[in-house]
Amino acid sequence: MSKTDLDTFRADTRVWLEENCPEEMRTPITGDTDVCWGGRNFEFSSDAQKVWLERMSAKGWTVPTWPTEYGGAGLTRVEEKVLLGEMRRIGARSPLTSFGIWMLGPALLKFGNDEQKAEHLPKIARGEIRWCQGYSEPNAGSDLAALATKAEDKGDHWIVNGQKVWTSYADKADWIFCLVRTDNTQGKHYGISFVLFDMETPGVEARPIKLISGRSPFCETFFEDVKVLKKNLVGEENKGWTIAKYLLTHEREGIGAGNSSMRPLHEIAAMSLGLDDADRLSDPMLRAKIAEAEIDEWAFGLTMSRKLAESKAGQSMGADSSMLKYYGTELNKRKFELMMDSAGHDGLEWESERSKDGKLARGWLRTKANSIEGGTSEIQLNIISKHILQLPGA
Amino acid sequence: MALVLNEDEVMLRDTAEGFFADKASVKALRKLRDERDETGFDRALWSEMADMGFAGIAIGEDHGGVDMGFQAAGLLAEQMGRNLTASPFLSTAILAATVLREAGSDDQKNTWLPKIASGETVMAVALDEGPKHNPAGIETTAEKSGNGFRLNGSKAMVVDGHAADQLIVAAKTDDGLAFFLVDPKAKGVEIERTIMVDAHNSARIDLDNVEVDGDALIGDSNAEAALHKMLAAGRGIVAAELLGAGGEAFRSTVEYIKERKQFGVAVGSFQALQHRSSHLYSELEIARSAVLGALTALDAGDPKADRYCSMAKSKLGDVAKLAALEGVQMHGGVGMTDEYDIGLFLKRIRVLQELLGDAAYHQNEHAKAHSF
Repeated sequence: MSKTDLDTFRADTRVWLEENCPEEMRTPITGDTDVCWGGRNFEFSSDAQKVWLERMSAKGWTVPTWPTEYGGAGLTRVEEKVLLGEMRRIGARSPLTSFGIWMLGPALLKFGNDEQKAEHLPKIARGEIRWCQGYSEPNAGSDLAALATKAEDKGDHWIVNGQKVWTSYADKADWIFCLVRTDNTQGKHYGISFVLFDMETPGVEARPIKLISGRSPFCETFFEDVKVLKKNLVGEENKGWTIAKYLLTHEREGIGAGNSSMRPLHEIAAMSLGLDDADRLSDPMLRAKIAEAEIDEWAFGLTMSRKLAESKAGQSMGADSSMLKYYGTELNKRKFELMMDSAGHDGLEWESERSKDGKLARGWLRTKANSIEGGTSEIQLNIISKHILQLPGA
Repeated sequence: MALVLNEDEVMLRDTAEGFFADKASVKALRKLRDERDETGFDRALWSEMADMGFAGIAIGEDHGGVDMGFQAAGLLAEQMGRNLTASPFLSTAILAATVLREAGSDDQKNTWLPKIASGETVMAVALDEGPKHNPAGIETTAEKSGNGFRLNGSKAMVVDGHAADQLIVAAKTDDGLAFFLVDPKAKGVEIERTIMVDAHNSARIDLDNVEVDGDALIGDSNAEAALHKMLAAGRGIVAAELLGAGGEAFRSTVEYIKERKQFGVAVGSFQALQHRSSHLYSELEIARSAVLGALTALDAGDPKADRYCSMAKSKLGDVAKLAALEGVQMHGGVGMTDEYDIGLFLKRIRVLQELLGDAAYHQNEHAKAHSF
């Protein structure tokens, strides 16, 4: 696309967004209810949220780079960047957030057959079906390939028995993409299959787990004689590990990205602690740590762009997604520690209007999972040692 | 922002990689050090670098340069960092050339820039004075004296100060900070070469009632803008050199722990070292982006380029230092010997991270710039 074409696209996008993005959808997200997850049972927090999703999905802009036949707009990465830039310009919220968009979609586009793509992708794009991810098990965390949820072959279907854990929003999801064991006679990486099924299938039960944040975004998910049709196998039987790894790579890039729309650390600290006569943060030690963290944040942001640009230019990101996941999540934890330091006593409030029901404290606790979910920091360091540095025995 | 190298830049990097490894390796530095070479770098090498266009990398074509910009200059600096190359690249091709290009009169540019680009003239910029980098605290003065000026003050950490054919001295005038061309042989100029820990050039320079002509003043008697540009360029380029030095310290260390056996296995098979290596890999990747981001911003004339170069210098100071410290530790006993190169990297990185402001200096600058 030439520069003029891109300019035209930008101008058209700007006009369309101005006309179609409701005013209420141009304010910062303040809590989880502001996030549109979609799904069969989703309750929109406002008409504006619903209208915004409908308009954006009609344009294919909930999944801008997906092909038009599957509910996308077929945009190039450059055009997508323009679109996101224009949305940022007016402070437009994301119309739809989901694991379908973030994780399953890319995996289906790469590994799914035509029928699967046609059935599932448009529903993801329109926010009709909300997905969850069935990966970890009680005895398969960092050692994910040790998973044991068993799928027994019954001809045209499997009977699945077992348990998943840390299944994000399983209690709210409509469908699950799930790793099951279809063979246990060979090495642990062989015999894993990637299957899809409806969470309303008899025998599926999701129980929310109460976390240290007081919230329950994760569930234990139990399967008892769950019938899964073979047409819902993605890729080849017993070779689901390849898809699992591909998807984890995507997940890691996303987790590493963290929350960039946050107010700068130094502003939070200045509001809480005030400045001294020389216009410096009144806590000099904290000031130094914040400056250091903000410089790291800048350099990390550049690294995300650089790695994306490199993979765009035909170079694969590969194990570097582990580097981004590791660094990004550790940085995010650091930032929240500094925010807690800045907020002091006020940040410790758990239940009050003043603290918006302990928003900061709960957010701080949430970040502790960043370096555990999607592969712990230690697993990411192992991957870097093995695949990038090629250290012996890694 | 172009964070991925274009074809020309990749070509330049590859050329530089071969050139410095071949002609200005760590071995060459050892030779200069051990023979107590009087100049402290190889002038023939500098001529060759000039022939390659390296000396004129940041000089316009109308003044005999190749004008490839600071991103390109950073690629050269990175390779020099990898090889611990001794050359007047920073002092002359970056710092002096930037001052002249930004502040110089047409006459001054016509006179000096072609001589820098051709490798004929080596220049040194005398800026800092105290034990730490502090451009805001310069006390050297330039008083009006007849048609010219009289300079008084003491300079420290003047890179290539004893080897320069021409000095550029930063001094306070009534109007602000200004730069002056000073002949190192002029009356009242006393230059003491200081042999440094890294075996690279540095000098202390005393200026005792040094009289210079009016046309020694580079441009205006307030050259703050040129000072900021020079500092940004210098910091960005030193950051690039740190990236090279830190990167090479890391690369050679990883190589070493793959070979070194204890308890019957390569020590690199121990997770204690693997995780620290992987962490360092990550830090170096983040650091590389900082350098690329800062130098592209500088080339693009981004108004925040000064900030970015300062931030990059901060990040690289920390990361390269970590690479050096981990490098020596992971080498174990041999890391303490002069025979192994890792110690030379530790020493060079110590100097580079101090030069033009250490990490803490630039963190403080970041905070000041954001009013906190």
